[in-house]
Order: sequence, then structure tokens, then C-alpha cells
Amino acid sequence: MIVAGRRGHLLMALAAVAIACLPLVASNYHLQLASTALVAAIFALSLQLLVGAGGMVSLGHAAFFGIGAYAVHLLPPGLSVLLTLPAAAGLAGAAALLVGAMALRTRGFFFLMTTLAFGQMLFFVFHDTPLGGGKDGVFVTRPALELLGFVIDVPRRDRPAMLLWLNLGLLVAVYALLAALMGTLFGHALRGIRANEDRMRALGYDTGRIKLVAFVLAGALAGIAGHAQAMADAFVNPEMLAWHHGAEALLMILLGGLGALHGPILGAFAFVGLGEASTLITERQRLVEGLVILAVVLALPRGLAGLGR
Amino acid sequence: MDFPGLAAQLLNGVQHGLLLFLISSGLTLIFGVMGVINLAHGSLFMLGAYLAFVVTGMGAPLWLALPAAMLGGALLGAVLERGLFRRFYTRDHLDQVLLTFALILLFEEARSLLLGNDFHSVPVPALLDFSIPVTEGFAYSAYRFAVLAVCILVAGLMFLGLERTRLGSAVRAAAEKPEMVQLLGLDARRIHLVVFALGTALAMLAGALAAPLLSVYPNMGDGFLIISFVVVVVGGVGSVAGAFWGALLIGLVDTLGKAYLPEVAGLSIYVLMAGVLLWRPAGLFARGA
Repeated sequence: MIVAGRRGHLLMALAAVAIACLPLVASNYHLQLASTALVAAIFALSLQLLVGAGGMVSLGHAAFFGIGAYAVHLLPPGLSVLLTLPAAAGLAGAAALLVGAMALRTRGFFFLMTTLAFGQMLFFVFHDTPLGGGKDGVFVTRPALELLGFVIDVPRRDRPAMLLWLNLGLLVAVYALLAALMGTLFGHALRGIRANEDRMRALGYDTGRIKLVAFVLAGALAGIAGHAQAMADAFVNPEMLAWHHGAEALLMILLGGLGALHGPILGAFAFVGLGEASTLITERQRLVEGLVILAVVLALPRGLAGLGR
Repeated sequence: MDFPGLAAQLLNGVQHGLLLFLISSGLTLIFGVMGVINLAHGSLFMLGAYLAFVVTGMGAPLWLALPAAMLGGALLGAVLERGLFRRFYTRDHLDQVLLTFALILLFEEARSLLLGNDFHSVPVPALLDFSIPVTEGFAYSAYRFAVLAVCILVAGLMFLGLERTRLGSAVRAAAEKPEMVQLLGLDARRIHLVVFALGTALAMLAGALAAPLLSVYPNMGDGFLIISFVVVVVGGVGSVAGAFWGALLIGLVDTLGKAYLPEVAGLSIYVLMAGVLLWRPAGLFARGA
């Protein structure tokens, strides 16, 4: 998996500035749409750490997204976002540690099946037990935007812009973190495992631990995306944990390009854009989604990031 | 815990397990021979159930739906293998996952377009709509007995076919070591076609058999897909015998759990899977584990 060079980062910084300026020109509806794409991008990016870097195709990743979102419901209302965000990441990371410790005992397709099964198990925890507030979901109080003791009170009509900036900031931070991580020994080792795990082990790397660390980190980052979603919607439901949601993130990764760290960001925007465009033609979102996936896997196996090559 | 209740739950568990075997044996064979995980396998089960709903809805008896599901399934499987899956055997896991995820969406949309999104019950065939007294004070549904019998018959035929025929031994060789097929000079394309068609036919048969027990509803294949994955993980890779014992175990645990520990029943099979992963990650019934 490649990380964009200086020119690529410059382009992405320009795009980020352009998105930050959106509130000057776009309607609140379109700001919310952009926010949705940003949250999806964080989620897909967290999964890219597993799939693109480590070669671990997980189908249970949405569970950690959902746990991050449900953290807002489980914590007492009115807390500062500076508390709830780390708590969401921590809870999701802890769940990922438990699931990863089991699932990583398997490889390849068995890893895929076990992550799917454990992901569904967590889905049922929030779907069936009183912990999650029922299968239809539950409204939550947005965490307070508090900085150094000052509570920033956002009027309702400015909220979409505020959330957009918040989500953009999170996406930039997550991307920067992962880009930096890819340059470390850990990042190289992870990519080495994707290429040939046995050889990495023979070289003396504790591949099990490296994969587990990646799994936990990816889970925690997915929890951040889930928290952002709960912040945006003030609502959480068990569907956030459903494996279909995780499969959509895989689609974003494939759509954007498996081979590049920035691929999932392109993919997320393309996915949300396509979904929005298709509402003009048909109500049947799943039909469109299914056909898009078929087209991509049949005709565009290297994703949008591979188009230029 | 009274005896008739327990006996009924045990029979239910075995019957649930045998249905799971019909689904997961196809899943494990397709995975073992071709190296493909078919996420749409649960949707094929759903298609079988809706086929039974349509057949009985037209006034035809349910038993007509069984050969229809087998033949339709074999045909559909052959078309899917030829048209789509064949190109994906050597592709990335991610591509295969997304291809089969797309198929789930398309099958569900097709179902929604043709038959709508309502729940429908499928009547138990009138001929079998009675209870057979097993002991004094305990009678068990004749239809469930019939399902047991059909599943055992199909499982028996499958084992015979795998053990005693040339094609069966080729399939076993392929499931154990896919490269064996090339080394032995067997026709890999034919084996792939047969395995895929057989797996699809079994999944649709299971759906048709289950329709009167479960009624039919959207996304009904999802739950069965995941529980079949649990069966395959517990049973071990590519082994039909592993799928058989795994399916019985999971069927019993799931059914008894739901009957006697309803609060945590949804979790029981996952706890079992976690235990198996910790204890014997290659599966309980895997050879050489």
C-alpha cells in the first residue's frame, strides 16, 4: 500500500481547504451530506489499516463503529466531547482487543468468517438486550462542545457547518496519524505481513502481536467515526453495527483503490455521491449499490486511485 | 425441565442442525474446492424458501417445491459459476467478498420487486399436518419428522456420492488439496461446476424445507449465513464430515439455548465458537488438528 507523496498531500490539503470553505456556499443539506461522506471516510480509512496495509479482510468492523456511537448513549449525557470521544475510541478499541484476540487465531477466509460472526454477536448485544435501548435505536444527547472549560453553544442553523469542520478535523487527524504510522517500523512490518506473514515471522517479528495492535487501533479509529456519526445524528441504532455497514466500507476501499492509503477517502466520497445521485433515478438504493459493486469488481479492480495508472 | 419438553427441544435441535448441514456443507465444499467464500449462500437459502412459498401459493403441494428447488438451484448455481464465480477464483479476498455481497443485494432486490417485503407463512402440507405420538404424553410434528428424514436421506446420499463415486473422490481430493486436481489430470472446470451447482441446490432445498417451519421474510438468509459460518469455523475447513458434526452441535446448542436460557441464547453459539478458536483454532473435526 502506498502513501501519497508530497504532491498528493498538497492536493489533499487543497481539497480539505475547499471542504472547509463549503459553509460559505453550500446549503445545510449539502453540508450534512459532506459530513456523512467525511464520517464514512474516517470509517473506511480505519478499515484500510487492516485490509490495505495488513491484508486482513474483516467483515465485523462495523461493530466497532457502532460501539463508538453507542458510547455516547451509554455515557451520562452532557459530558464534554473531549471526554466522550476518547471514551468512544477506548471502548471500541477494548472490544476490538477481545474480538481480535480470538479472530486473529485464524487467517484468510476463516478470519473473515470469525470477524463476521463476532461482529454479529455484538450487533445482537445491542439489538436484543436492554443495554442498547432496543432494536429501533435510541435518541442521544449530543456531547457538549467544550474547550478549556468554555462551552461553545452552537445555534441550530450553524450546527451543520460546525459538525462539518469537526469531522474534517477528525479525518485530517486520522489520515495524518495513519500516514505517519506507515512510515514507522510498525507500518513496514504490517505491510510485510500482508506480503508474506511466514517470512516476517522467520525474520523474528511477532506477527500475531503486530496484527493485534493494528486490529485494536483500527477498532478505536472506527469508534471515533461512530462517535462522529452519533454526534451528527443525535441518534444511534443497531444497524450501525450490522455487517452490511462494514461491507459498505469494504466497497469504499475497493472503489477508491486498495493500493493507496488515501483510496478510502476517494471511495467514501464517490460512494456517498453515487448514493445521492441515484436517489434522483430510483428509490431502490440496494439495487444501485449492488450494480455499482458488480461494475467495480468486474471492470475496475484497482479502484479510482488506479485509474490514472 | 420436563421430559416431553426436553425431548421435543432435542429433536428440534437435531432437525435445525441437519438443515444447517445442508447449507454449510455446500459452503464448506465451495470454499474447500474453489477457495471462494460465497456470502450469497444465505440468499440462496432465502430463494429456496420463497420458491416453496410461490409453489404452495399456486395451489401445488409443497413436495413439488423440493425437486424444483434442487433443479432450480443446480441450474442457478451452474449459471453463477459459469458467468461470474469462475473469474474470481484467483482474485483477492476483497473482490470475492464484494462480488458475493453484491449478489445478496441483487437477490434481495429481485425478491422485493417480484414478491414484496411482507412476511408470509407457508402451510405445512395437509398430508403431514398432524403429530406423531412418540411416548405417552409426547407427540412430535409429522412434518418435522419428514424434514429430519429428508435431511438424513440427502446427507446419506451425499456421503455415498463423495465416498463411492469417481467424481466424489475427485471432489474430496480437490477439497483437501486443490492442486491435486491438476496433478491427477482431472477436469477442474467440471469439478468446480458440479460442486457449485450442488452447493446451491442444497442451500435452496434447505430453504424450501424450512419455509413451513420459519415462514418466509426479507433478509431471512442473513442469519443462516452467519450461523453456517459458525458451523464451518467450529467444524473445520473443507470437510463435509466436520460440517455435519459441527452443524449438529450448533443446531443443538442454539435450540437448547433459546429454550432454556432465553436471555443469553443469542450469544451461546458465539461463545462456543470463541471456545473452539481458543482451544482448537483449526476446528473441532479437522483432520490432523
